[in-house]
Amino acid sequence: MTDAVVTANNGDEIEAEAARRAIEEKTYGFWIGLTSDAIVFALLCAIFVAMAHGTADGPAGDTLFRLPRIFAQTVLLLASSATFGFAGVAIAAGRSRRAVLWLGVTFLLGLGFISAEIAELYSMAAADAGPSRSGYLSAFFTLIGTYGAHVSVGLVWIVLLGCEVGLRGITPFATSRVYRLGLFWHFLVIVWINIFSLVYLPGLL
Amino acid sequence: MIGFVLALALAALPFGLVAARALPPKQTFVIIGLAAIAQVVVHLLYFLRIDLKSSSQNRLAMLGFAAIVLLILVGGTLWIMFDRYYRVT
Repeated sequence: MTDAVVTANNGDEIEAEAARRAIEEKTYGFWIGLTSDAIVFALLCAIFVAMAHGTADGPAGDTLFRLPRIFAQTVLLLASSATFGFAGVAIAAGRSRRAVLWLGVTFLLGLGFISAEIAELYSMAAADAGPSRSGYLSAFFTLIGTYGAHVSVGLVWIVLLGCEVGLRGITPFATSRVYRLGLFWHFLVIVWINIFSLVYLPGLL
Repeated sequence: MIGFVLALALAALPFGLVAARALPPKQTFVIIGLAAIAQVVVHLLYFLRIDLKSSSQNRLAMLGFAAIVLLILVGGTLWIMFDRYYRVT
Protein backbone atom coordinates (compact mmCIF):
# COMPACT_ATOMS: atom_id res chain seq x y z
CA MET A 1 0.00 0.00 0.00
CA THR A 2 2.63 2.46 1.09
CA ASP A 3 4.84 1.40 -1.78
CA ALA A 4 2.07 1.97 -4.30
CA VAL A 5 1.46 5.46 -2.92
CA VAL A 6 5.13 6.27 -3.09
CA THR A 7 5.45 5.12 -6.72
CA ALA A 8 2.30 7.03 -7.64
CA ASN A 9 3.80 10.16 -6.13
CA ASN A 10 7.03 9.54 -7.98
CA GLY A 11 5.12 9.11 -11.22
CA ASP A 12 3.30 12.40 -10.63
CA GLU A 13 6.55 14.16 -9.90
CA ILE A 14 8.19 12.81 -13.04
CA GLU A 15 5.16 13.88 -15.05
CA ALA A 16 5.15 17.34 -13.52
CA GLU A 17 8.87 17.64 -14.20
CA ALA A 18 8.34 16.60 -17.82
CA ALA A 19 5.54 19.16 -18.20
CA ARG A 20 7.73 21.87 -16.68
CA ARG A 21 10.56 21.03 -19.06
CA ALA A 22 8.21 21.03 -22.03
CA ILE A 23 6.94 24.48 -21.07
CA GLU A 24 10.49 25.75 -20.60
CA GLU A 25 11.50 24.46 -24.04
CA LYS A 26 8.47 26.08 -25.64
CA THR A 27 9.34 29.38 -24.00
CA TYR A 28 12.90 29.21 -25.26
CA GLY A 29 11.72 28.33 -28.76
CA PHE A 30 9.32 31.25 -28.64
CA TRP A 31 12.19 33.48 -27.57
CA ILE A 32 14.16 32.41 -30.65
CA GLY A 33 11.13 33.12 -32.83
CA LEU A 34 10.84 36.61 -31.35
CA THR A 35 14.51 37.24 -32.07
CA SER A 36 14.03 36.41 -35.74
CA ASP A 37 11.03 38.73 -35.77
CA ALA A 38 13.24 41.44 -34.30
CA ILE A 39 15.66 40.93 -37.21
CA VAL A 40 12.78 41.45 -39.68
CA PHE A 41 11.87 44.75 -38.02
CA ALA A 42 15.49 45.87 -37.81
CA LEU A 43 15.91 45.30 -41.55
CA LEU A 44 12.70 47.16 -42.37
CA CYS A 45 14.00 50.03 -40.22
CA ALA A 46 17.35 49.89 -42.06
CA ILE A 47 15.55 50.09 -45.41
CA PHE A 48 13.56 53.06 -44.13
CA VAL A 49 16.77 54.82 -43.08
CA ALA A 50 18.30 54.08 -46.49
CA MET A 51 15.19 55.59 -48.13
CA ALA A 52 14.99 58.55 -45.74
CA HIS A 53 15.82 61.09 -48.46
CA GLY A 54 14.15 59.31 -51.37
CA THR A 55 10.96 61.35 -51.25
CA ALA A 56 10.81 62.01 -55.03
CA ASP A 57 9.84 65.63 -54.22
CA GLY A 58 6.75 64.27 -52.47
CA PRO A 59 5.60 64.86 -48.89
CA ALA A 60 7.94 63.81 -46.08
CA GLY A 61 7.64 63.25 -42.35
CA ASP A 62 7.61 66.90 -41.30
CA THR A 63 4.29 67.50 -43.08
CA LEU A 64 2.78 64.01 -42.64
CA PHE A 65 3.39 63.14 -38.99
CA ARG A 66 1.43 64.61 -36.09
CA LEU A 67 3.38 64.69 -32.82
CA PRO A 68 0.37 64.57 -30.42
CA ARG A 69 -1.04 61.50 -32.17
CA ILE A 70 2.28 59.66 -32.02
CA PHE A 71 2.71 60.58 -28.37
CA ALA A 72 -0.82 59.32 -27.62
CA GLN A 73 -0.03 56.04 -29.42
CA THR A 74 3.17 55.67 -27.40
CA VAL A 75 1.36 56.26 -24.10
CA LEU A 76 -1.33 53.73 -25.09
CA LEU A 77 1.30 51.08 -25.81
CA LEU A 78 3.30 51.75 -22.66
CA ALA A 79 0.11 51.60 -20.59
CA SER A 80 -0.85 48.32 -22.26
CA SER A 81 2.57 46.95 -21.31
CA ALA A 82 1.82 47.81 -17.67
CA THR A 83 -1.72 46.38 -17.73
CA PHE A 84 -0.39 43.17 -19.26
CA GLY A 85 2.06 43.04 -16.36
CA PHE A 86 -0.92 43.32 -13.96
CA ALA A 87 -2.63 40.44 -15.79
CA GLY A 88 0.50 38.35 -15.28
CA VAL A 89 0.52 39.19 -11.58
CA ALA A 90 -3.16 38.21 -11.29
CA ILE A 91 -2.43 34.88 -13.02
CA ALA A 92 0.45 34.20 -10.64
CA ALA A 93 -1.89 34.94 -7.72
CA GLY A 94 -4.47 32.50 -9.14
CA ARG A 95 -7.21 35.10 -9.67
CA SER A 96 -8.62 34.30 -13.08
CA ARG A 97 -11.40 36.94 -13.19
CA ARG A 98 -8.98 39.74 -12.39
CA ALA A 99 -6.57 38.38 -15.02
CA VAL A 100 -9.32 38.41 -17.66
CA LEU A 101 -10.20 41.98 -16.65
CA TRP A 102 -6.61 43.19 -17.11
CA LEU A 103 -6.31 41.31 -20.40
CA GLY A 104 -9.47 43.12 -21.50
CA VAL A 105 -7.97 46.50 -20.59
CA THR A 106 -4.80 45.57 -22.51
CA PHE A 107 -6.96 44.65 -25.50
CA LEU A 108 -8.78 48.00 -25.43
CA LEU A 109 -5.50 49.95 -25.21
CA GLY A 110 -4.08 47.96 -28.12
CA LEU A 111 -7.29 48.52 -30.08
CA GLY A 112 -6.97 52.27 -29.50
CA PHE A 113 -3.40 52.13 -30.80
CA ILE A 114 -4.27 50.18 -33.93
CA SER A 115 -7.26 52.41 -34.77
CA ALA A 116 -5.06 55.50 -34.49
CA GLU A 117 -2.55 53.85 -36.80
CA ILE A 118 -5.14 52.81 -39.38
CA ALA A 119 -6.57 56.35 -39.31
CA GLU A 120 -3.07 57.76 -39.88
CA LEU A 121 -2.28 55.44 -42.81
CA TYR A 122 -5.72 56.04 -44.33
CA SER A 123 -5.46 59.82 -44.13
CA MET A 124 -1.99 59.67 -45.70
CA ALA A 125 -3.15 57.44 -48.54
CA ALA A 126 -6.17 59.72 -49.10
CA ALA A 127 -3.89 62.80 -49.29
CA ASP A 128 -1.89 61.39 -52.22
CA ALA A 129 0.88 60.20 -49.89
CA GLY A 130 0.30 56.48 -50.35
CA PRO A 131 3.00 53.81 -50.65
CA SER A 132 3.33 54.30 -54.41
CA ARG A 133 4.21 58.01 -54.06
CA SER A 134 7.94 57.59 -53.27
CA GLY A 135 10.55 55.19 -51.98
CA TYR A 136 10.37 56.95 -48.64
CA LEU A 137 6.63 56.32 -48.35
CA SER A 138 6.95 52.72 -49.60
CA ALA A 139 9.43 52.00 -46.85
CA PHE A 140 7.24 53.81 -44.31
CA PHE A 141 4.08 51.90 -45.24
CA THR A 142 5.94 48.57 -45.27
CA LEU A 143 7.41 49.14 -41.82
CA ILE A 144 4.29 50.58 -40.18
CA GLY A 145 2.01 48.10 -41.95
CA THR A 146 4.08 45.14 -40.76
CA TYR A 147 3.99 46.56 -37.27
CA GLY A 148 0.22 47.03 -37.40
CA ALA A 149 -0.21 43.44 -38.59
CA HIS A 150 1.81 42.24 -35.60
CA VAL A 151 -0.27 44.28 -33.16
CA SER A 152 -3.49 42.96 -34.75
CA VAL A 153 -2.29 39.37 -34.36
CA GLY A 154 -1.46 40.19 -30.74
CA LEU A 155 -5.01 41.52 -30.21
CA VAL A 156 -6.62 38.35 -31.59
CA TRP A 157 -4.26 36.34 -29.41
CA ILE A 158 -5.27 38.33 -26.31
CA VAL A 159 -8.96 37.61 -27.00
CA LEU A 160 -8.29 33.88 -27.43
CA LEU A 161 -6.23 33.57 -24.26
CA GLY A 162 -8.69 35.75 -22.34
CA CYS A 163 -11.43 33.26 -23.32
CA GLU A 164 -9.26 30.32 -22.29
CA VAL A 165 -8.44 31.77 -18.87
CA GLY A 166 -12.04 32.90 -18.34
CA LEU A 167 -13.65 29.60 -19.33
CA ARG A 168 -11.14 26.98 -18.19
CA GLY A 169 -9.48 28.75 -15.31
CA ILE A 170 -5.78 28.99 -14.60
CA THR A 171 -3.96 25.80 -15.60
CA PRO A 172 -0.17 25.45 -15.93
CA PHE A 173 -0.59 25.53 -19.71
CA ALA A 174 -2.73 28.66 -19.65
CA THR A 175 -0.14 30.29 -17.40
CA SER A 176 2.68 29.50 -19.81
CA ARG A 177 0.61 30.66 -22.79
CA VAL A 178 -0.13 33.99 -21.15
CA TYR A 179 3.55 34.29 -20.30
CA ARG A 180 4.53 33.80 -23.95
CA LEU A 181 1.88 36.24 -25.12
CA GLY A 182 3.37 38.68 -22.62
CA LEU A 183 6.81 38.20 -24.19
CA PHE A 184 5.29 38.94 -27.60
CA TRP A 185 3.46 42.04 -26.36
CA HIS A 186 6.46 43.55 -24.57
CA PHE A 187 8.54 42.77 -27.65
CA LEU A 188 6.08 44.78 -29.76
CA VAL A 189 6.41 47.73 -27.40
CA ILE A 190 10.21 47.55 -27.70
CA VAL A 191 9.86 47.59 -31.50
CA TRP A 192 7.57 50.64 -31.25
CA ILE A 193 10.22 52.48 -29.20
CA ASN A 194 12.64 51.93 -32.08
CA ILE A 195 10.05 53.01 -34.64
CA PHE A 196 9.18 56.31 -32.97
CA SER A 197 12.85 57.04 -32.28
CA LEU A 198 13.97 56.24 -35.84
CA VAL A 199 10.98 57.15 -38.00
CA TYR A 200 8.68 59.67 -36.37
CA LEU A 201 10.81 61.91 -34.17
CA PRO A 202 13.69 62.41 -36.67
CA GLY A 203 11.05 63.03 -39.35
CA LEU A 204 9.62 65.85 -37.27
CA LEU A 205 12.93 67.42 -36.29
CA MET B 1 5.39 49.80 -11.51
CA ILE B 2 8.89 51.35 -11.33
CA GLY B 3 9.40 50.08 -14.86
CA PHE B 4 6.25 51.79 -16.09
CA VAL B 5 7.18 55.16 -14.56
CA LEU B 6 10.72 54.92 -15.97
CA ALA B 7 9.35 53.98 -19.40
CA LEU B 8 6.93 56.92 -19.39
CA ALA B 9 9.67 59.35 -18.34
CA LEU B 10 12.01 58.04 -21.04
CA ALA B 11 9.26 58.42 -23.65
CA ALA B 12 8.24 61.91 -22.50
CA LEU B 13 11.80 63.24 -22.70
CA PRO B 14 12.39 62.87 -26.48
CA PHE B 15 8.80 63.87 -27.34
CA GLY B 16 9.10 66.96 -25.16
CA LEU B 17 12.39 67.92 -26.80
CA VAL B 18 10.95 67.53 -30.31
CA ALA B 19 7.77 69.42 -29.38
CA ALA B 20 9.64 72.33 -27.77
CA ARG B 21 12.53 72.33 -30.28
CA ALA B 22 14.69 73.28 -27.31
CA LEU B 23 17.99 72.05 -28.78
CA PRO B 24 19.55 72.00 -32.24
CA PRO B 25 18.53 68.93 -34.30
CA LYS B 26 21.83 67.08 -33.96
CA GLN B 27 21.85 67.15 -30.16
CA THR B 28 18.15 66.26 -30.05
CA PHE B 29 18.86 63.29 -32.29
CA VAL B 30 21.61 62.06 -29.95
CA ILE B 31 19.28 62.39 -26.95
CA ILE B 32 16.50 60.52 -28.80
CA GLY B 33 18.97 57.70 -29.47
CA LEU B 34 20.18 57.54 -25.87
CA ALA B 35 16.62 57.62 -24.51
CA ALA B 36 15.66 54.80 -26.90
CA ILE B 37 18.56 52.62 -25.75
CA ALA B 38 17.74 53.30 -22.09
CA GLN B 39 14.08 52.56 -22.82
CA VAL B 40 14.90 49.18 -24.39
CA VAL B 41 17.08 48.27 -21.39
CA VAL B 42 14.26 49.26 -19.00
CA HIS B 43 11.86 47.04 -20.93
CA LEU B 44 14.25 44.09 -20.97
CA LEU B 45 14.83 44.41 -17.23
CA TYR B 46 11.36 45.22 -15.92
CA PHE B 47 8.96 43.70 -18.45
CA LEU B 48 10.85 40.80 -20.02
CA ARG B 49 12.70 40.15 -16.75
CA ILE B 50 16.14 39.41 -18.16
CA ASP B 51 18.95 39.31 -15.66
CA LEU B 52 22.33 37.65 -15.26
CA LYS B 53 20.98 34.60 -13.39
CA SER B 54 21.57 31.17 -14.90
CA SER B 55 17.91 30.70 -15.88
CA SER B 56 18.06 33.55 -18.37
CA GLN B 57 21.62 33.04 -19.57
CA ASN B 58 20.44 31.08 -22.62
CA ARG B 59 18.29 34.03 -23.59
CA LEU B 60 21.14 36.44 -23.01
CA ALA B 61 23.30 34.34 -25.35
CA MET B 62 20.45 34.42 -27.87
CA LEU B 63 20.30 38.22 -27.59
CA GLY B 64 24.04 38.43 -28.15
CA PHE B 65 23.81 36.22 -31.24
CA ALA B 66 20.94 38.32 -32.58
CA ALA B 67 23.01 41.44 -32.00
CA ILE B 68 25.84 40.04 -34.14
CA VAL B 69 23.43 38.98 -36.91
CA LEU B 70 21.83 42.43 -36.81
CA LEU B 71 25.18 44.15 -36.95
CA ILE B 72 26.08 42.24 -40.12
CA LEU B 73 22.68 42.53 -41.82
CA VAL B 74 21.78 46.10 -40.89
CA GLY B 75 25.32 47.40 -41.16
CA GLY B 76 25.73 45.67 -44.53
CA THR B 77 22.42 47.00 -45.81
CA LEU B 78 23.22 50.58 -44.87
CA TRP B 79 26.77 50.32 -46.18
CA ILE B 80 25.70 49.02 -49.59
CA MET B 81 22.67 51.28 -49.90
CA PHE B 82 24.63 54.43 -49.13
CA ASP B 83 27.58 53.33 -51.25
CA ARG B 84 25.23 52.98 -54.27
CA TYR B 85 23.10 55.95 -53.24
CA TYR B 86 23.59 57.91 -56.45
CA ARG B 87 21.61 55.22 -58.29
CA VAL B 88 18.57 55.73 -56.03
CA THR B 89 18.23 59.47 -56.42
